[in-house]
Amino acid sequence: MAREMLKIANLQAWYGESHILHGVEFAVHEGEVVTLLGRNGAGRTTTLRAIMGLVGSRTGSVLINGVEAVGLAPHRIARLGLGYCPEERGIFAALSTEENLLLPPRLKGAGGMQLEEIYDIFPNLLERAASPGTRLSGGEQQMLAVARVLRTGARLLLLDEISEGLAPVIVQKLGEVIRTLRQKGFTVVLVEQNFRFAAPLADRFYVMEHGKIVKQFARSELASQAGLLQEFLGV
Amino acid sequence: MTTVFGVPLPAILGQLMLGLVNGSFYALLSLGLAVIFGLLGVVNFAHGAFYMLGAFAAYIGLQFLGINYWWALLLAPLTVGLLGVLIERLFLRHLYQVEPVYGLLLTFGIALIAEGIMRSLFGASGKSYPVPPLLQGVLNLGFMILPIYRAWVVMASVTVCGLTWFLIERTRLGARLRAATENARLVQAFGINVPVMVMCTYGAGVALAALAGVLAAPVIQVSPLMGSSLVIVVFAVVVIGGMGSIVGAIVSGLVLGLIEGLTKVVYPEASSIVVFVIMALVLIWRPAGLFGKEP
Repeated sequence: MAREMLKIANLQAWYGESHILHGVEFAVHEGEVVTLLGRNGAGRTTTLRAIMGLVGSRTGSVLINGVEAVGLAPHRIARLGLGYCPEERGIFAALSTEENLLLPPRLKGAGGMQLEEIYDIFPNLLERAASPGTRLSGGEQQMLAVARVLRTGARLLLLDEISEGLAPVIVQKLGEVIRTLRQKGFTVVLVEQNFRFAAPLADRFYVMEHGKIVKQFARSELASQAGLLQEFLGV
Repeated sequence: MTTVFGVPLPAILGQLMLGLVNGSFYALLSLGLAVIFGLLGVVNFAHGAFYMLGAFAAYIGLQFLGINYWWALLLAPLTVGLLGVLIERLFLRHLYQVEPVYGLLLTFGIALIAEGIMRSLFGASGKSYPVPPLLQGVLNLGFMILPIYRAWVVMASVTVCGLTWFLIERTRLGARLRAATENARLVQAFGINVPVMVMCTYGAGVALAALAGVLAAPVIQVSPLMGSSLVIVVFAVVVIGGMGSIVGAIVSGLVLGLIEGLTKVVYPEASSIVVFVIMALVLIWRPAGLFGKEP
């Protein structure tokens, strides 16, 4: 088995007084695509934010390529090779599309995708390069948010609800992008509500509830887990 | 002689020039205030004090260290800017998570301390700073007499404001700054060291104020209170331009200086309140300021 690129143990996280994560444990191997499933409020988004150091406070362990990230500032965590695509997309209104794309600095010695390569995958972004980021359509903004983390050379991507609220044709496009990324050897953690989107993409699934991982299974077990998914997700 | 509303044209032009000089100081100061407010969310009440310290740095440099005007233009902003960096590191950064009023109180306190120290060292009376030899004298333009130093102040200020605008609106570094103004946490999650950027931004804003102080030294008396009388007007300028708006700060700084100058000709009694009247009107009709984004 490939080495563990991300290993999380007993991760607890708080926003102010509210205790959101209660000991999350999971691991992601190099080159894997893993999906966190769960209802709204189960703690999936908070898990990603806790990995990035964006929650109020956290304890436990987050090993990224063997380096402990709990206790590091967010910019240091990002420099360990993480690309984060937040749920709200985080497109900056004061920046043009291209400025948004060029915002995250390249990681030292990582050799991320070239701008041309990115525009090949997302031709719309080239057409709209000079437009303010928030003038783009929802789908284009989502593509921009994903494209933005590809340039840096980060090999571990945390993608939060990238298919949410988008037209089927765009969702399909994003699915293709994830498949391309997997072929290129990226490691991806998806947080998804849209199970149909995630099912064919992910190697393994973790189910979260009440701030904990309650179940994990591989894609091959999908069929046999239908009843469980019904129970946890209501799908 | 040509007159407008019974006032000789050269007198009007002279006042407009003075207004433009004041406007230059407003623009430099409100620019720094706007950038600092945008990124840090701090209403920097010490801004006038840094302007005063810039002027005093030039004065001290010339009197005691033999540093001439041109070196002062470089060294005073640098020294005062470093002081700003120190203040941000030691005090301000602990206040970002709490209510804005704490930052305001802290910087107000710093302003009082700075003024008190300078007053105990140099007294309250104004010190004069000579116009550098290269910029002495006047130009006779035919329709008006233009003191060279005043023209220099306007030129220098407009240039510095323009460069700052370019830096913020047109460069990669500026894009990071604009992004961090919108969502600092996310920018940091992209691997950018936001705390250092915030520190440098505060230092740069403070340095702009100090630069305005050096430019002002030869045209006004250098005194410990020179900042506190100016900074109130500058706050009004920032409110009129729109809190956090770069273009708004520059344009409204210069324009309000001009309007103030014009008022001195037409109705001198109103010249010290005209900016505040405009502020009140702007707040009624466009609460976000002329160039600010309506929430």
